[in-house]
Amino acid sequence: MSGPVFNTAEFSGARLNCQRGGRLVLTNLSFRIASGEAMVLRGPNGSGKTTLLRLMAGLARATSGALTWNGDDISEDLSAHGARLGFAGHLDAVKSAQTVRENLLFWASLRGARASDVERAMATFGLSHLADITARVLSAGQRHRVALARVALSNAPLWLLDEPTNTLDDAALNALRNTLSAHLHRGGMIVMASHGDSLLPHARTLDVRQTQPASAAA
Amino acid sequence: MSGFFAILRRELTLSLRSQGDVMTVIAFFAIAAALFAFGVGPELNVQSRIASGVVWTTALLAAMLSLERLFALDYEDGTLDQLVLSGVEPVAMVVAKTIAHWLTTGMALLIAAPVVAMALQLPAQAYGALMISLLLGTPTLSLLGAVGAALTLGAKRGGVLLSLLLLPLYIPILIFGAAAVEGAILGVASTTPYAVLGGLLIAALTLCPWTAASALRHALE
Repeated sequence: MSGPVFNTAEFSGARLNCQRGGRLVLTNLSFRIASGEAMVLRGPNGSGKTTLLRLMAGLARATSGALTWNGDDISEDLSAHGARLGFAGHLDAVKSAQTVRENLLFWASLRGARASDVERAMATFGLSHLADITARVLSAGQRHRVALARVALSNAPLWLLDEPTNTLDDAALNALRNTLSAHLHRGGMIVMASHGDSLLPHARTLDVRQTQPASAAA
Repeated sequence: MSGFFAILRRELTLSLRSQGDVMTVIAFFAIAAALFAFGVGPELNVQSRIASGVVWTTALLAAMLSLERLFALDYEDGTLDQLVLSGVEPVAMVVAKTIAHWLTTGMALLIAAPVVAMALQLPAQAYGALMISLLLGTPTLSLLGAVGAALTLGAKRGGVLLSLLLLPLYIPILIFGAAAVEGAILGVASTTPYAVLGGLLIAALTLCPWTAASALRHALE
């Protein structure tokens, strides 16, 4: 999706600790990402990649440490922070009773995107021929493509993607790769948890397990 | 504001497409009331004596039926995450969903209530009071229900927990709702019960959306 260039911004986290169920999942983790940059989160299952993405989204709260957007703590206005990010987690948030187009039009209206943006996002992710089909009959991969299309039309500078390549076929992987690089060219930011091919050759890697302040933040 | 209407419209579309939801509420309402009628026996004066209480009790239980799903479905499929991140104020989202719940549940009960009341031999002079008290009382049921649904989100056996949490809170609405109908049967002006029901509604309107929104934030963590 092409569009206007985003304002330069910087998103960073300092000395984040997070406890889940009495267990310390993230310890003393720091990162910094600026416009046009991408960061890939690595680590084995259960190492806290999803937790970190939810922290970055403001959905979860860190036990200690701070997340800042251009120097402002994100917890001061979580709604505003939500509006500047697109999030694709493990759950696709696709309503079975609605068609693909209706699903996306709803999210577009919340984000101030136009109907033409929806059509373009559907075309990008190969959903145009499914537009008027109820989402009940979609496969897991197709639902996931709807979730990615929602991120693409969010018009938000920061994209948080949790293992977005899961369940995608080659064509969708290609579409995602192109979409991601277009987003970076617009001055967007991408943080992505991934096991396999990251789709982002120039992205920095943040090892979620490490306990030292992240050197990747340099 | 446009986000508020978008959510409201979508909630209504979704619940109308799964018509089962609305029909279940009405069917439960009718069947539960019928159980009372069968349990009490065919004596008309006994039935008409308890009609106001039975209609109100069963309406209240029927309203609870669909509350569990108010946020749970969105929580399970990730929609709640996306809604919280959409930039729409969580309070506006809660209000939109609660209004949708009332329109599909409270309104359905309001329409079905005269029929059920008729089956229970409610005296003719009490129908006006029944409708007014339901109109004032059912929105409060939805608002309190939103808080309960948000608090029990993600809990195992959330439905049972929800009932335990909400039914005690519903008692004042039941008392004054039934009292309004009772007053009309006896020919007494129902001003006091109406005033209390209206007061409860205003209190719920000002407190519940914020409480529910902050409970939702906690549930997502």
